Amino acid sequence: MGAYCPCGTRNFNYKKDMAIVRTPFHWAALVILLLLLFLFPTFFGGVLVNLVNEIAIITLAVMGLNILTGLCGQISLGQSAFMCVGAYTTGILAATYNIHFLVALPCGALGAGIIGLVFGLPSVKIKGFYIAMATLAAQFIIPALIATPLEFITNGSNSLRIPSPELGGIVFNSPQSMFYIIIPITVIMVFFAENLTRTGIGRAFVAIRDDDLAADVMGIDIFRYKLLAFFVCAVYAGMAGGLWAYWLRSINPDHFHLHESIKFLGMLVVGGMGSIPGAVFGVSFLLFMDYFVREFGMQMSTFFPMWAPAFQQASVPLLYGLVIVLFLIFEPRGLAHRWTVLKSSYRLRPFSY
Amino acid sequence: MNDLVKNKEKDKLAKDDRLEVNNMELRFGGVTALSRLSYDIGQSQITAIIGPNGAGKTSNLNCINGFYQPQRGEISFNDKKINGLPPYKIAQLGISRTFQNMQLYTGLSTVDNLMAARHIHLRPKLLASCLYYGWGRNKEIKHREIVEEIIDFLEMEPIRHKIVGSLPYGERKRVDLGRALALEPRLLLLDEPMAGMNVEEKEDMARFIIDINELRKIPIVLVEHDMGVVMDICDKVIVLDFGVKVAEGSPEEIKTNPDVIRVYLGDEG
Repeated sequence: MGAYCPCGTRNFNYKKDMAIVRTPFHWAALVILLLLLFLFPTFFGGVLVNLVNEIAIITLAVMGLNILTGLCGQISLGQSAFMCVGAYTTGILAATYNIHFLVALPCGALGAGIIGLVFGLPSVKIKGFYIAMATLAAQFIIPALIATPLEFITNGSNSLRIPSPELGGIVFNSPQSMFYIIIPITVIMVFFAENLTRTGIGRAFVAIRDDDLAADVMGIDIFRYKLLAFFVCAVYAGMAGGLWAYWLRSINPDHFHLHESIKFLGMLVVGGMGSIPGAVFGVSFLLFMDYFVREFGMQMSTFFPMWAPAFQQASVPLLYGLVIVLFLIFEPRGLAHRWTVLKSSYRLRPFSY
Repeated sequence: MNDLVKNKEKDKLAKDDRLEVNNMELRFGGVTALSRLSYDIGQSQITAIIGPNGAGKTSNLNCINGFYQPQRGEISFNDKKINGLPPYKIAQLGISRTFQNMQLYTGLSTVDNLMAARHIHLRPKLLASCLYYGWGRNKEIKHREIVEEIIDFLEMEPIRHKIVGSLPYGERKRVDLGRALALEPRLLLLDEPMAGMNVEEKEDMARFIIDINELRKIPIVLVEHDMGVVMDICDKVIVLDFGVKVAEGSPEEIKTNPDVIRVYLGDEG
């Protein structure tokens, strides 16, 4: 009955009150969604599957940023640099040392996490705008370090080639097969992020974001938890980087530019800061938009050849900027807020209050 | 209520919690905020600190909390020196407080605000938090039960899942008190809990404060401007003026103390 009359749903114990999946209808929806996701590559072509792969990878990076910036309130402009660390750690382990991807990926994530910790250290003294500047340092230092001084292992700007991952005789070398590596990891890590958010650590992060003095007086070791946020954030970025390396099979320091970091922040704003579904929505929305606008630009440039460069090159950044500004003005809480409104109106159905 | 009763029994066995402030002096540059301040608080009493604006009442609480480091003197809680410790360590010893301007976590719900204050008892672990099912969830449920008892005690059931940022002033004050209680304090510091409230809300708050004191048997320090409340519910009153202790005693003694009258009403001549 829960599906038809959701407003009658009651929670009779705290376990149920805290659960994400509460009614049989929820369970059915979850199972169907996972099944559809599993069958997705058999129905759709390489282009769309590749797009979904990219969305999943970027979702991980933005999820990390969501934990650090959205929950803990520390603005970071270095997310793509942490992704770079993860990509190169995984890439070097896989390409040079021939290590299995199931080992190389966690190593990349952990490596990025440790670098994230180091760049989180300034947060002991500085906060707000200034911590953003400190993470900007990471963004400048890391890709530059990888491009030149570490050229002997990273191959510098000549790109590092990475072999396709392999498991039990299956070689994952097509978008469709990579889907089955990328999506499970993303689903599990998003689930972890949700769990982190709703338990003690997530509350400590939000406490630090909302009022760090009160959090201190209420027994939260602020510095430790800020560092933990930096660590978790960079682990997510590192995992995203590792997957990115296996997905593209060729990485270059230029992939991890400052403007990627800023784009991640933009995705977070569009999706809704501090919300786990928000991060997924923001990335999906902007990358789908990106894709369709580019397609549209291609189509239009065949009709209007004299404006071809304008359509092909300028339309995406222009629309990006427009969307972010419109969201900031009309829905600063992002798509996630729309989602909550939708959910609560469904929950109250058939009554309007 | 259960846990309050349990605590009451537990506390009968434990010795009285005791805060001693000895010769404390706090200066901001050339300004002396507190000078040669000594008092002790214990025996599960409700102690009020009163005084005109700028007398150093809140500075005094901030010193106990570890926000400010007094330049001289010693603060000790249960014979352990606490000045010099960071605020979160002092909280772990069981000193909890409310704030004059209610520094709540406005993005969290009432339940989560209280759960966040359980932090020192919950001690979340990264791996257990991520995996959630099993150990992590059981711990959450255990602490949720304690938090629900506090919600029950402070009559906050209707606002349980509301985001604190959307609550009206009076209810926020209550959440602030609930958060301080959720820490399971051995000493409770209340910074102007009645400020800006109407008569009914003040009566509720006074009732809560007396109940907390009686059920949990913990000393409470109250900074308050409302003399009616102070004289009615407090066991002891400390009067400050320009950072100096003017008088200390029972409400009856304070009422007739000529120094206190001079502080509040000015000299006769």
